[in-house]
Amino acid sequence: MAKYWNKPMETAKLHEMRALQSWRLSQTVRRVYENVPFYRDKMDAAGVKPDDIRGTEDLYRLPFVSKQDLRDTYPYGMFAVPMEDVVRLHASSGTTGKQIVVGYTRSDLDVWSECCARALTAAGGSKSDFMHVSYGYGLFTGGLGMHDGAEKVGMTVIPVSVGNTNRQISIIKDFGSTVICCTPSYALFLAETMQEMGITKDDIKLRAGLFGAEPWTEEMRREIEDKLGLKAYDIYGLTEIIGPGVSFECDEQTGMHINEDHFIVETINPDTGEVLPEGEQGEIVFTCITKEAFPIIRYRTRDIGILSRKECSCGRTLVKMLKPRGRSDDMLIIRGVNVFPSQVESVLLSFGDNAPYYQLIVERVNNLDTLEIKVEMTSSMFSDAVRNIEEHEAAIRNAVESALGIAAKITLVEPKTLTRFEGKAVRVIDNRKLHD
Amino acid sequence: MLIKQISIFVENKPGRLSGITKLLKDNSIDIRALSVADTQDFGILRLIVNKPDLACEALKAADCTVSITNVIAIGIDDKPGGLADAMECLYAANISVEYMYAFISKSENQAYVILRVENNDKASQALSENGYKLLSPEEVYDM
Repeated sequence: MAKYWNKPMETAKLHEMRALQSWRLSQTVRRVYENVPFYRDKMDAAGVKPDDIRGTEDLYRLPFVSKQDLRDTYPYGMFAVPMEDVVRLHASSGTTGKQIVVGYTRSDLDVWSECCARALTAAGGSKSDFMHVSYGYGLFTGGLGMHDGAEKVGMTVIPVSVGNTNRQISIIKDFGSTVICCTPSYALFLAETMQEMGITKDDIKLRAGLFGAEPWTEEMRREIEDKLGLKAYDIYGLTEIIGPGVSFECDEQTGMHINEDHFIVETINPDTGEVLPEGEQGEIVFTCITKEAFPIIRYRTRDIGILSRKECSCGRTLVKMLKPRGRSDDMLIIRGVNVFPSQVESVLLSFGDNAPYYQLIVERVNNLDTLEIKVEMTSSMFSDAVRNIEEHEAAIRNAVESALGIAAKITLVEPKTLTRFEGKAVRVIDNRKLHD
Repeated sequence: MLIKQISIFVENKPGRLSGITKLLKDNSIDIRALSVADTQDFGILRLIVNKPDLACEALKAADCTVSITNVIAIGIDDKPGGLADAMECLYAANISVEYMYAFISKSENQAYVILRVENNDKASQALSENGYKLLSPEEVYDM
């Protein structure tokens, strides 16, 4: 069984990798400066010319790109190639108004499947495997990204997508799935459903799983491994960068190797934007250096993490990022869906409430995330008849569900009862304890 | 001849009814009648009191969500069938009752019913025409 998908890149010496990155970076910066008005304007404003960026050591001179920039240039403002060359679009989860769109050229899809192929190979995947993809297929990058990577490896791909858990388990059993990818919480849900169906881990052939798209803990990893009888590998990615496969775990399970020949990683101080030395905890920033359609420069992920160049027993020299340890913004990932408290606020504002007090409470019950939204009752919402209040509550529930893309329980509470901290509302209580 | 009913939003958690009734006590407010509508998560406490405006102000000052609703109060005979006759009268006039609650008087052989209907005028007319006595606010508040 091959240990690496691309040995030269995955085991390159640091100085070789830096030389490659530097060349690719300078080319990419020149291209975006010429083709994307957004970058040209930003670089001009910062007084940086493409000629100033000769290598990775000059990266710090380039302006950051934020998620807001992507919303402002929605839908195609950040594309660096003509649309004729774009062969695929994906979009991030979120409301219609707030989603972001990314594009891929044929070469970008090759880069992406290469990244996923490396992740699958690191998890022991080969052409003799049956690959069960239960990430969603569609605009979400999870399903198609892993699908293409698995096909590149030559695995027998089973494109199950999401939903119908009983059927998923029958397929795992009958088709002989050996590798699976899905969100970690869904993996646990599968395990429980299996138990209810009277199927044990000895009845199935799964031996490896790649889990990502939401934060999970070491305890969850051990539980998944124990209940499904497989080895669980973490995989990381963002739609804005490429999708799954930006970084991936090896057998050592101590962090995710970043595909540095395609993405340059930095950690910065989220408050000052200052670049931190490798090994210091900070906000993770990525720069794409091989992508054509959507080559994002210094994208602030808002994920807080640590980088490590400690020698890895797998032989890979690619820098590792430790599991993200939270966010520098207030984004929550609930059942794989990105949720911002401000989305809930917009919904409540649309009900004519000009200063809504609300609180999102996230729990993990039986391994599935639940969202409850407490909303303080106001006189405009109140009525002496239960029916009217319940109708109002249902209207909020429906509006929230269509805005967030996930269901939430709405609980109306009395005024001034939600926690306020020094006068400021506490918008989120996350009881999942995802970060140790 | 409409009566002011106070409705208060009450979360289902220990101590709420105690807190609200204590507040009324501290403001020397006398409760004439009450009913509670409850759901899984919250309830609505509906009160007829001697000083509805004062009660409302005091509750608002204590950050309660309060509203005032105009309701009808009628007197009926405190005997078997007394309520049934009144309901029949409303049914005949095609008036639906959102909710209602009743209490008996201290002295006479009378009971009182608080009615919350969609159309107060229509209901008042139907009841008066059938000989039901609509209570005035003073009669109720000073009961």
